[in-house]
Amino acid sequence: MNQKEIQELIRFVSKSGVTEVEIEEKDFKITIKSEPKRRKGDNDDNVVYIQQQPMQAMPQQQIAAPAAPAAPAAAPAPAAAPVEDESSKYITVKSPMIGTFYRSSSPDKPAFIEVGNNVKVGDTVCIIEAMKLFNEIEAEIQGKIIKVLVDDATPVEYDQPLFLVDPS
Amino acid sequence: MFKKILIANRGEIALRVIRTCKEMGIKTVAVYSTADKESLHVRFADEAVCIGPAPSALSYLQIPNIIAAAEITNADAIHPGYGFLSENAKFSKVCQEHNIKFIGATPEQIDGMGDKANAKATMIKAGVPCIPGSKGLLKDLDEAYKIAEKIKYPVILKATAGGGGKGMRLAWKKEELPNAWDQAKQESKAAFSNDGLYMEKYIEEPRHIEIQIAGDQFGDVCHLSERDCSIQRRHQKLVEETPSPFMTKKLRKEMGAAAIKAAKAVKYEGVGTVEFLVDKNRDFYFMEMNTRIQVEHTITEEVINFDLIKEQIKLAAGHKISGKNYEPIMHAIQCRINAEDPYNNFRPSPGKITEYHEPGGHGIRIDTHVYAGYTIPSHYDSMIAKLITVAQTREEAILKMRRALDEYIIEGVKSTIPFHQKLMLDDKFNEGDFTTAFMDTFKF
Repeated sequence: MNQKEIQELIRFVSKSGVTEVEIEEKDFKITIKSEPKRRKGDNDDNVVYIQQQPMQAMPQQQIAAPAAPAAPAAAPAPAAAPVEDESSKYITVKSPMIGTFYRSSSPDKPAFIEVGNNVKVGDTVCIIEAMKLFNEIEAEIQGKIIKVLVDDATPVEYDQPLFLVDPS
Repeated sequence: MFKKILIANRGEIALRVIRTCKEMGIKTVAVYSTADKESLHVRFADEAVCIGPAPSALSYLQIPNIIAAAEITNADAIHPGYGFLSENAKFSKVCQEHNIKFIGATPEQIDGMGDKANAKATMIKAGVPCIPGSKGLLKDLDEAYKIAEKIKYPVILKATAGGGGKGMRLAWKKEELPNAWDQAKQESKAAFSNDGLYMEKYIEEPRHIEIQIAGDQFGDVCHLSERDCSIQRRHQKLVEETPSPFMTKKLRKEMGAAAIKAAKAVKYEGVGTVEFLVDKNRDFYFMEMNTRIQVEHTITEEVINFDLIKEQIKLAAGHKISGKNYEPIMHAIQCRINAEDPYNNFRPSPGKITEYHEPGGHGIRIDTHVYAGYTIPSHYDSMIAKLITVAQTREEAILKMRRALDEYIIEGVKSTIPFHQKLMLDDKFNEGDFTTAFMDTFKF
């Protein structure tokens, strides 16, 4: 199998929804595994979660021949670290930095997000201020805000839970 | 006096600083990585801020994170401990710019002493005896040859940005010089991103004897006598003691005066240590100056009855030193108990401590951050505890150490206790007859 064929095979497996494919021929053996799809299916290709591995189909290959091609469409690791809350299926968005947490860009403006709002990747969810610099924190996941865990204008530390999000 | 100090460190030294702060009525802020959530220093501080994930580069070495933590807790001073950012000139400067008192040296003093070639030039100018060698950085291999001819082999090439024993190579004769040059350059570049080298005459079998000093903001400096740290493995100290078995009243007076000269040459403020190499004739040579509190500050504290951390904080707050020098009135020995397997080449052994029982009794001090059930993370150094014994004579201090080591129980991880037990029974060690070459021949 050449590189192009392997890449096509990976794309095929990932689109098909199959979880594991193993092909063995005379001179090579290839195993492709993909993570089980989330409930909503194909639309999740654009959603990236940071856990031990991305939720998106990330094939692994063990090839006897050299030169494993790069896995297709692997998104880069974003800053905020959502972690699956096993018990309730909500994702906890945690603080990527230390500073003072603000719900809006200034005291007279409305909050960026409220409970019940839907957010998509890239939406500003809050500001964390440190050393006179205001950092806009963007959502790395999409979903509905279930709970805001920190009061406006309070200090937060690294990894502190900020929001509960329902990703469904 | 400061109202609140943030301790930018972890482990036993963070706890050490927190304890003195508590005694002084100063509030404390601990910072910790996600791996140190269960650490004792976090629990003992008044406030704690998580500053990043486990890797030091993303937490304990992240200047913005530490400053942000100081901001949100309103700390007015930062104590950097040892290692990490304690001798980082940039961090010292950033603290200045944010109006937070850095309890340590100024950026200029750190730069002056941190750059080894620079430091040596400063010392020569101040009249402090230095090891014969190059005047600063070596231009090229040709210059290296010339200087080696002048000072006579054996010579050692050292990294100017060096530390921890890296970027050093010996040459016993002319033929070995080109190889030593290449290797030292490569290692320095890799370890410090700076391949500048300087050369020194290699003093064979020297003793490593350092002098503790303290300087105030008014230009006054005193010394608090010596510590003998000759027992080293790969340039890592294992055992320290004071007074040095090799010391005489005359030598202490001369080395103390030289150390004070060295500190005054850079207008040093705070506590620091001037390290010397002492040869068999009791000639001593400046090696380097550490502009921070050291791991082995403890034994000086015990033999002089003096809280060095308290002094350090007071000096940072603008107090004056007492003006007199201090001499040891007791004898103290410190054994560094590390989570390493002495039976397997001192391989690091992180993991959970399942059983832990400390020795106690008269003349025993233990500085540690561990407890039964604590997991030693794999991301940082392997120190478990510092075991210190104090007694009226060196013989009694050694007897106490043997007794204490026998009582010490640490299970779940490997520790260097067996190594120290053997060392305390060694003839040469008991005679006080050892140099930095000791560990080369000590069989374990």
